[in-house]
Amino acid sequence: MAHIITALILIPLAGALFVSAARPNHARGTALGFNALIAILALILWRTFDGTAAGLQLTERHAWIPAIGAEYLVGVDGLSLLLILLTSLIVPFAFLANHSGRGFCTLMLIMQSALYGTFTAQNFVLWFLFYEMSLIPAFLLIKIWGGENRDRAATKFFLYTFLGSVAMLLSFLGIYFAKGTFDFGTLAVLGKGGLLTGKLAWLAFAGIFLGLAVKVPLFPFHTWLPDAYETAPTGVSMVLTGVLSKMGVYGFVRLLLPLFPGQIKIIGPWLLTLAVCSIVFASLAAWAQRDLKRMVAYLSINHLGYCMLGLFAVTASPVVAAKIDMQAALSGVFMQIFNHGVTASALFYFVGLLEQRRGLRGINDFGGLMQRTPLLCGWMSVAMFSSLGLPGLNGFIGEFLIFKGSFAIAASFTAVAVIGLLVTAIAFARAMQALFSGSLAESCSAFPDLFRSEKLVIVPVTLLMFAIGIAPQFLFNIFNTTVLQMTRLFA
Amino acid sequence: MTRAIVTNLWLIPAAPLAASLIILSLANSRRSAGAVLAIIGQVVALTLSILAFSLTLQPPGFRAVHNFTWFMFGEQGLRIGWVLDPLAAAMLMMIALVGLCIFIFSIGYMADDKNFTRFFAYLSFFSGAMLGVVIANSLLLLFVCWELVGLASYLLIGFWIEKPSAAAAAKKAFITTRIGDMGFFLGILWLYDRSGTLLFYDDGRGCLENAGLIALGASATFVALLIFCGAVGKSGQFPLHVWLPDAMEGPTPVSALIHAATMVAAGVFLVARVYPLFSLGAINGVTPSLSVVVSIGVITALMASLIAIGQFDIKRILAYSTVSQLGLMMVSLGVGGVAAGMMHLIAHGFFKALLFLGAGSVIHGCDQEHDIRKMGGLRRLMPITFLTYAVGMMALSGMPLFFSGGWTKEEILHATAHWPASRLPYYLMLAGIVLTALYMTRQMIYIFSGNRRAASEHAHESAPVMTMPLIVLASCAIVLSVILTPAWPWLHGYLTGESARFDIAVLIQPTLFVSLALVAAGIALGFAIYRKAAETDPLEDAQPALFRFFENKMWLDELYDRTVIAFTQMAARMSDWTDRNVWDGLVRAFGGMGQIFGSFTTNFDERGINAGVDEATTGTRGIGRVMSAWHSGQIQIYLRAVGVSVLLLLVLYAWLT
Amino acid sequence: MIPTLQLFLVVSVTLFSIGLLAALSRRHAIFILIGIELMLAAASLNFIAFWRFGPQPRPPTGVMIAIFSIAIAAAEAVVGLAMVIAVYRHYRTTNVDQFDRLKG
Repeated sequence: MAHIITALILIPLAGALFVSAARPNHARGTALGFNALIAILALILWRTFDGTAAGLQLTERHAWIPAIGAEYLVGVDGLSLLLILLTSLIVPFAFLANHSGRGFCTLMLIMQSALYGTFTAQNFVLWFLFYEMSLIPAFLLIKIWGGENRDRAATKFFLYTFLGSVAMLLSFLGIYFAKGTFDFGTLAVLGKGGLLTGKLAWLAFAGIFLGLAVKVPLFPFHTWLPDAYETAPTGVSMVLTGVLSKMGVYGFVRLLLPLFPGQIKIIGPWLLTLAVCSIVFASLAAWAQRDLKRMVAYLSINHLGYCMLGLFAVTASPVVAAKIDMQAALSGVFMQIFNHGVTASALFYFVGLLEQRRGLRGINDFGGLMQRTPLLCGWMSVAMFSSLGLPGLNGFIGEFLIFKGSFAIAASFTAVAVIGLLVTAIAFARAMQALFSGSLAESCSAFPDLFRSEKLVIVPVTLLMFAIGIAPQFLFNIFNTTVLQMTRLFA
Repeated sequence: MTRAIVTNLWLIPAAPLAASLIILSLANSRRSAGAVLAIIGQVVALTLSILAFSLTLQPPGFRAVHNFTWFMFGEQGLRIGWVLDPLAAAMLMMIALVGLCIFIFSIGYMADDKNFTRFFAYLSFFSGAMLGVVIANSLLLLFVCWELVGLASYLLIGFWIEKPSAAAAAKKAFITTRIGDMGFFLGILWLYDRSGTLLFYDDGRGCLENAGLIALGASATFVALLIFCGAVGKSGQFPLHVWLPDAMEGPTPVSALIHAATMVAAGVFLVARVYPLFSLGAINGVTPSLSVVVSIGVITALMASLIAIGQFDIKRILAYSTVSQLGLMMVSLGVGGVAAGMMHLIAHGFFKALLFLGAGSVIHGCDQEHDIRKMGGLRRLMPITFLTYAVGMMALSGMPLFFSGGWTKEEILHATAHWPASRLPYYLMLAGIVLTALYMTRQMIYIFSGNRRAASEHAHESAPVMTMPLIVLASCAIVLSVILTPAWPWLHGYLTGESARFDIAVLIQPTLFVSLALVAAGIALGFAIYRKAAETDPLEDAQPALFRFFENKMWLDELYDRTVIAFTQMAARMSDWTDRNVWDGLVRAFGGMGQIFGSFTTNFDERGINAGVDEATTGTRGIGRVMSAWHSGQIQIYLRAVGVSVLLLLVLYAWLT
Repeated sequence: MIPTLQLFLVVSVTLFSIGLLAALSRRHAIFILIGIELMLAAASLNFIAFWRFGPQPRPPTGVMIAIFSIAIAAAEAVVGLAMVIAVYRHYRTTNVDQFDRLKG
């Protein structure tokens, strides 16, 4: 069990090798087989993980490049485990959403490996390596298998995120020259007493902030996202929104917030404003979209905005927050990370199903689907209701806790953010009206309802949504101790 | 025994919910199975409700709670639970009983619908969620069920989804109520922040108990008003009432169950449930938040009554009467008459369900015609419907003595009359009573008397499966008047936790005569105006402008369209536009700058640096070309060259030495 | 006629010149090889002549070198002929004028 994390990182890579050598029509099967193996490993990791112990677990440490303080250091805490489980859930789901060939599967597996690496690496050099390693496959996947405007969207995506990464790398070099370490744990401890001083601190902060804000994305660094998500093939959109966007949030939790508490406190209100803008403007923009995929993309920004609101409320607010509120907000953010991953991927999956059947995905290209495909409409509605935060489904738990925690700390910002909840509901209600109701559109009259293979994908995911919505304790158990630890760190 | 029942109180909502899930998984063709399952679920809920109700009949002021931790986050747990007290028990009885009647009625009414099973699944789902609202002992659990109720309402309004108007109405209802719910949500957050708990009752630590209320302090007013926002949305109070009349697009049993008897009353129930928040710090029974409740209630009640006079759709008239009655209940709560308001709620649940089912029967008999101008003379054709409808009409108008609505209305009037803040609500309520009697008389005359018109030519009495629930509900409306009689204020005492004494003298009160006179005046006025009612409305002929104003719902929908909705849509378009042009434009400008810089350096490279290098390479290539011509590749030529060179060297050597 | 060093050297120079001429002017690869063999033979003759007319007594160095060079010449002829055959197979000709792949 000692090398389970390394195994998690390496098995997708091995899978990528196998897939690239497999016969084209076996590629997806092989990739799914490897994912089954990975899922088993992830479950073993979950079983092995001690939810009550603080700090990193199952760490592996090897010297790598001692000269620059880079070492191979991986380990998991509650947040990492949560994201590993999420990745293991979303990636196979994404494979099932696309008819994919060898190249596609290979790149996806490489990306998966990079994701595991990003979520477990505890040393900046290693982390950055994996962080960038996920970028290239994503770029190629959009560029080669994307829809209309794929070149433009892929280039925009790549340049945007790469620029952010470069800024972040420079900042970290600055930190390294000042402090001589790349180790996250050590840096976090140093960060409590102010890592850097003066202009250098602000420069380093700005660089890292830029890199992560682009990745999340946070308003106004989000404009690559609608294009990229809209153009990417369904499976890639699912992974992008389900897991890749979480890398940014993860980065905020792991890097920026512990390292620069002082800077964040000073510009706190501005950060909160950005988060609220993400929430409100993205939901409004989602309402105005005509393209379903673009709408879901904007709602993705909106939902990650809630995560950022919670995080900034905990760290950026000038008010000294009560412990329980910080715990509520952080728990909510972690819940939201997982729930948004599941729900947004499911939504992209459904949009993909509609697109497969119709060839188009404009909101007005459909009509009266309820009469023709009641099952598709029913299950899709569940995903939509989950996304708009209907109680009883998974989305509500995270949003409630985020709002509970943030309201106590930053009441006015939170009150404005509630508009986002409302407009999200409007956007979905409009979409449901346009898609499902009215008389059956002629172009949709030959739609098949859900196939057995599609049901096999949808039903477990939907059941998971219900399970989290009704009895979320099993998820909280994963990260409760981590929440307590971070509360102490940020307090 | 008590413990066991309270602990397992969740079974009451769970039974219909489970039924709903099972029905959803049935094939669309298993129609009878669907209906039977739904009714079994409802009967189970009713049986358990009776059991729970019988518990609360014990000493006045019975209250039992069962709290537990839903989940732990960080170091603390989020606790929810259920409560059994007279308020909850009375609501449980009303919902389960009215629900059952409506379920049975639906079997007849929806008999021809192709999505029959789905209809019962939704109805059961609604029933479960609504029962959940009632027993919740946590504001959060209440909110959860509250939203599920909203979802059920959304699904049922849009049940005939192929009708665009139904889908639009469903969307409108969902969004309008959600506007209120967002206020409610903020209220929950605020309350949670201040009191640290969302449990209503928790052995003295709940947010409605002393400790919680003290922690709230001055913010109670705001919390109460925010929670009231939710009630305004759900209960169709001004200014969020616009969805309720549109919701009549749903099947009539839905209108009866959700948009008359139960769900819309949830707002009133909510205010009654968290009443301590409203009345905290009351001086003489008046607080700012309660005053707001009274004003909203009065405005709603009067406005809706006036609009009802100008409507021709049989269900819309009833919808506006619902809105106005809900306003009345709010007024009652606002002036301190919680028990009166709740009693009216329960009585209203029965007789309004009765009226809606009667309307459903009429519509069913008249081939889905909704316009009362096209009906007429149905009295003889549909006698049972007529009689039961008349009972409902009397109860709604507030005819005292034998009809349940009368007593409760009178009690509300009584409470309003003694409100210390102002007498205005009292007088306006009196006007409202006249108006209610007026528009109900108008409706009765149009539908049941006079000549038959277009739609009533082939009208027929409905099947027993539909008339039986009518009879049951009508009997309830009359029997309730016994329970509600002020001479033996048993229900009043039950709700307020006081013991009741029998005192016949209380019957003879000035307000009794006042309300009797007002109702009589209203009915008489109605007869006077509408006696000769025909295709056109007499009032329309007399006062066209005023009538137009009422008929068009005071143009509130248009006003909202032009202001709020237009504004938010513009905001959405603006967001999209700024996203595409401003933010993305900035990015493009940044990229463009890069491109310009790139092309500049390219040019510099080409023209400046590269030119010299190019020259050098060209020269080198030229030399190379010449030299390469000498290299023929013929070894013998190379050898000859070697030979000649050696000879030359020898000659040179010889010459030098 | 007394054999003198000059006589041997004249024969040797003649042999060498004939060989050189053959190597430079013949078009056929085998003739060029024969020319090269002739030049080698001239060189061997020189070795033996200088050894024979050099100061006495001495070890038979000249003879040894001549024997070595004959052996090497044989080996070289084998390689040369093999190459000629290989080239012939490739170009279908033994005319060296057409072997100009080395041209720059």
